[in-house]
Amino acid sequence: MEGGKNYILGVFDDEDVLLKGIKDVRQSGIKIQEVYSPFPVHGIDDALGYRRSRLSIAAFIFGMCGTSLALIMQIGMLGVDWPMIIGGKDHVALPDFIPVTFELTVLLAAFGMVGTFMVISNLKPWGKPRIYDLRITDDKHVMAVDIAANDATEDDIKKVLQSAGAVEVNNKDFE
Amino acid sequence: MIAESAIREPLVTGGKTAHDVTNDIAGRVEDKPAPSWLLAMAISLGCLAVGGYAVAMTLWDGIGMWGLNKTVGWAWDITNFVWWVGIGHAGTLISAILLLFRQRWRMSINRAAEAMTIFAVICAAMFPVLHMGRPWLGFYWALPLPNTFGSLWVNFNSPLLWDVFAISTYFSVSLVFWYIGLIPDFATIRDRAKNKISAAVYGALSFGWDGAAKTWSRYETVALVLAGLATPLVLSVHTIVSFDFATSVIPGWHTTIFPPYFVAGAIFSGFAMVLTLLIVTRKVYKLEDYITIQHIEMMNIVIIITGSIVGIAYITEFFIAAYSGVEAEQYAFINRASGPYWWAYWSMMTCNVISPQLFWFKKIRTNIASTFILSIIVNIGMWFERFVIIVTSLHRDFLPSSWAMFYPTKYDMGVYLFTFGLFFTAFFLFAKFFPVINMAEVKSILKATGEGAGSSSQVAQEAEKIEN
Repeated sequence: MEGGKNYILGVFDDEDVLLKGIKDVRQSGIKIQEVYSPFPVHGIDDALGYRRSRLSIAAFIFGMCGTSLALIMQIGMLGVDWPMIIGGKDHVALPDFIPVTFELTVLLAAFGMVGTFMVISNLKPWGKPRIYDLRITDDKHVMAVDIAANDATEDDIKKVLQSAGAVEVNNKDFE
Repeated sequence: MIAESAIREPLVTGGKTAHDVTNDIAGRVEDKPAPSWLLAMAISLGCLAVGGYAVAMTLWDGIGMWGLNKTVGWAWDITNFVWWVGIGHAGTLISAILLLFRQRWRMSINRAAEAMTIFAVICAAMFPVLHMGRPWLGFYWALPLPNTFGSLWVNFNSPLLWDVFAISTYFSVSLVFWYIGLIPDFATIRDRAKNKISAAVYGALSFGWDGAAKTWSRYETVALVLAGLATPLVLSVHTIVSFDFATSVIPGWHTTIFPPYFVAGAIFSGFAMVLTLLIVTRKVYKLEDYITIQHIEMMNIVIIITGSIVGIAYITEFFIAAYSGVEAEQYAFINRASGPYWWAYWSMMTCNVISPQLFWFKKIRTNIASTFILSIIVNIGMWFERFVIIVTSLHRDFLPSSWAMFYPTKYDMGVYLFTFGLFFTAFFLFAKFFPVINMAEVKSILKATGEGAGSSSQVAQEAEKIEN
């Protein structure tokens, strides 16, 4: 996630304090750029006001593509392109097509959704993330506030973060 | 405030903090390989080399090297295939079905179980691929590709083709599910890396993960939807494997009970293999605080349930054969229990029906040594189950003049050994270089179910405070 250059970071060591802290900071009118955590914190998206992810809808659409693709492929190959009588069944024996249709539905839904997730979250092997604090993959939660995006002064932001329960408040500048 | 039932045991013991979790799990990845690990790796690579000779000979001279004959056209190959696929059922069951049921005890064991699933499915795939004889042409036989036969397409009415789609979908979806879970943990190792090589390797493996709340929120959606997709997928895979037999007209195979019976058997053997591997991993990596006796007991309970379903299925099969009045069907079952393969049948009955019932005793199901022994016995039993179903149904076919026995050659045994080498080599590499426990998930439950915060003692203390 690209943003400004100069940040103030509030470091939290407890997820319940963090959740309450997010509410306090937002109430005092300070915009939080993002919160970084070592594990998923239950309820953090509500606290930050994030909308529910629409990835499940993407999965459904990809799944439907899989269903259609599978049916078109099987009916096209065995029903249209090269019809053969197999075991005395119809050329298009739909019950026999259920397993492959189901598997391709699951395959496309899963790969389509995960691919979408990778793209929108900018996850790629050569990705170089902005590391705000090395401890966010260990045991600390970091609330990053972009100084340029807020009207409040640096000192005011620091005070708000401290009173919100941050155990440390640091400056972090990116080139 | 999270209220937790006072009678519930903590899932992570030893008063671990999030930082302890990182040190305990990521520290194992950073350590130098232990001598015991090197020895285990050498043995696995030895199996791989010896077995590799058998695989090479099979490819060079053809599957005539195996002990198959005109009557018994499927034997060890398909037995091993079904056995490995069955073992490959526990991982995705643990991570998908237990996620949907919100069973938090899955979190310490899902990573290793999923890894086991992936390696087991690779081993399983070896057998049908080798059985093709000329696997380099296999793409045209197994996949709907345009070809020079004009295009004569693959047969979508065949359960063998359904298997191709089921196994490959199961493998790739399980792999993605496993890898998505690994990304945040790779980022943890990346951020602790002490030298450039591991920083670069784990940096690439972690896909540039930054732990943002937005990404975590999407990650949770992805995990939930993948679990929803993987649940019917797990059940479908062994159902379709059982169709290989159930849709045929061979007495002993042509039964409608096969899909649920195979799925239960798969989960049964999969959990047994998870226990075999985790009991050793837990000991070697000193993970007693993460994989507790409670985890082992829960897995043993799954083994009792699925083992009992398998036992009932065996008895039902027998009863239905008798009740059907079809002589060929009746003979297939009498032959199983009292024919020349009686020893295989009764090994199966003892290992699969009687031995899991011992877990009704709390002392046995909470004991590490007895669990370890029984977990191996269960997998021996499940191998015999597939052998009994496949070989005893084939070896006395419709014409008594063509009745035959199956004797494995050293190449049959060698290919089986090869898959063991492959499985353990992959598992040991995983155990050394990948985090064996899902650190992020375990950290997320420390407050609610760890020892210390939120545990029964603290709840009791707070209740006392309120009263005062």
